[in-house]
Amino acid sequence: MNNSVLSYSLQFIVLVLVQVLILNHINFLGHINPYLYVIFILLFPINDKRLTYLLISFVLGLTIDIFSDSGGVHAAAAVSIAFIRPVVLKFCFGSVYDHGTIKFKNVDFGAKIIYFIILVFIHHFILFALETFNIKDIILVIQKTLFSSIFTIILCLVTSILFSKKT
Amino acid sequence: MQQIIQFFIRNKTNLLYLLLLFIAVIFTIQSHSYHKSKFINSANFITGGVYNSANNVSIYFNLESQNILLQEENARLNSIYHTPNDTIDNSFINDTVYSGVKYKFTPAQVIKNSYSAKNNVLLINRGKRDSMKQDFGVVTPKGILGIVDQTSTKFATVLSILNTNIKISAQLKNSNHFGSLMWNTKSPQIVQLNEISKIAPVKKGDTIVTSGRSVIFPKGIPIGVIKDYRLDSAENFYTIDVKLFNDMTNIEYVYIIENIDKDEINSLLKPNNE
Repeated sequence: MNNSVLSYSLQFIVLVLVQVLILNHINFLGHINPYLYVIFILLFPINDKRLTYLLISFVLGLTIDIFSDSGGVHAAAAVSIAFIRPVVLKFCFGSVYDHGTIKFKNVDFGAKIIYFIILVFIHHFILFALETFNIKDIILVIQKTLFSSIFTIILCLVTSILFSKKT
Repeated sequence: MQQIIQFFIRNKTNLLYLLLLFIAVIFTIQSHSYHKSKFINSANFITGGVYNSANNVSIYFNLESQNILLQEENARLNSIYHTPNDTIDNSFINDTVYSGVKYKFTPAQVIKNSYSAKNNVLLINRGKRDSMKQDFGVVTPKGILGIVDQTSTKFATVLSILNTNIKISAQLKNSNHFGSLMWNTKSPQIVQLNEISKIAPVKKGDTIVTSGRSVIFPKGIPIGVIKDYRLDSAENFYTIDVKLFNDMTNIEYVYIIENIDKDEINSLLKPNNE
């Protein structure tokens, strides 16, 4: 228990630092950045402590916000995907999730990709919609969501493959 | 009563979510208004410290280009220094000496740059202990950069001109027609100068400078050149695309401008506004 808390705290700090020091400065084609930190919310262990999970997601988003001077956009996006995750889990993994025996390292890879895609898209849409904060620029929001999501999803998949523990 | 408590316990996840979302949206709205992001800014000792140590490493990667910039500035200042007074062309220096308004320049380093978001905020390594305050101007050797927003002991955030919350008074260099400088978030090289009257002599390639009508910047600090211009929909004012002299993607050494007479000017102007 104690060990896993320590390991998740370490992951939290490393992901925040990687995000604010490296990934926020990529600016591919002008303004496309991957937001790798969502992988922490995506792969957080599934258990009954939903309140803790929501709070941790909020704090993670807010930390990114403080570093990038962006108000509360990351916090809002992060807490929203944390809130709707059970629905998406049920949609993607179905019966495995219902039995409560789901472990991310031995789920079907195709289902995992779909799970990543749905949550990353929702996260990025909320993020850019709040950042732009103007209904007139909805096309721009969708465009940014699309490009950044592709970048984020690829990076998340690569990271989850590279750092998954072999059993 | 018991039913209310039951209701809270049953819906505690939803309620917590709504509460957190509400807080996040409040912070977001604050960040969209000028000088309001008091709690969520990177000028605290943790984020400032992290960016400062990262900058201590990354500063070495562009030493060469920064050296060239400083050398260019030195050359320009030298040529002004060795020219007899009456032929001085550069109002940047002239005005600080002769206009009667005194400005104090403090050197600083940008430790976090940003140019891809809609509201870009920079972080510099000067703060309250260097007597930095809100609304000080920030310039580079080539032109203006932004306005100081929040300050902590050692750091300060700067609202860059690439920020939709900021408006800077600017004018054409060779006539006194002035307007306000804003950014339409499209390109980090181009900002927009609005409200220039239709009768102003606007030409492509003309220089745009600060107007000195606010107490933040002295008159005549270079901003950029006119890249393109068009009349607005009402056909009364020009909207001008200004190509910045600064490369906003590569900024390291800056100067903070303090207007020493600012309080006096503000206290004089205040009764008129009310």
